[in-house]
Amino acid sequence: MKMFEVVSEELDINKYHKLTVNEHQGAVCTFTGHVREWTKGTRTVHLEYEAYIPMAEKMLAKIGDEIAERWPGVITAIGHRIGKLEISDIAVVIVTSSPHRTDSYRANEYAVERLKEIVPIWKKEIWEDGEEWIGDSRKYHPSVEEN
Amino acid sequence: MEIKVFASIKEKIGSDTIDLFVGDSITVGELKNHIFVDYPELDGEVFQVAKNEAFVKDDEVVTSDDIVALIPPVSGG
Repeated sequence: MKMFEVVSEELDINKYHKLTVNEHQGAVCTFTGHVREWTKGTRTVHLEYEAYIPMAEKMLAKIGDEIAERWPGVITAIGHRIGKLEISDIAVVIVTSSPHRTDSYRANEYAVERLKEIVPIWKKEIWEDGEEWIGDSRKYHPSVEEN
Repeated sequence: MEIKVFASIKEKIGSDTIDLFVGDSITVGELKNHIFVDYPELDGEVFQVAKNEAFVKDDEVVTSDDIVALIPPVSGG
């Protein structure tokens, strides 16, 4: 079972959840990121995600290593889906577990922020009247993007 | 030297790789200059360079044995 992976099919939340549970862990925090229809008044019809898969999986694992160093005892599992996704589909699952709840909450937010900075995955928004690679012509760094 | 490209860059070029006629080894900074000369349509594109699936800086040397890729600003999640 891979703790950090990029997949083309629907994400199975339970699979990643189970990977983080063992007899030491008393808290599991699960974040799911979904395809949003409305962004600042613009309606998205669907999304397409592309990844540089081997590097993306390495970078996801790096995030897990960074978390283990900052919050010893936290176990992380992350799955990201690519391809065509419809409104409300799950694009990413991030699960963090810890002996006590505080660390799993903090580590989980850290993971999603880092994912938006260092993992080579790209999102294209398809609207009714056009399409655009996000992080391209809008010229902002995705690490400061809202959620 | 063959270089992998993705997302907006791939779409502009119409291919998932670009070929650069450069020597056996070159710094990342020099590589970027070559790219903008050979592919003027990429003028204004922002990207980082990855060597063997890790980000590298402009003073890093890459060779034809390395896996080199251009990474536009990411937008996962």
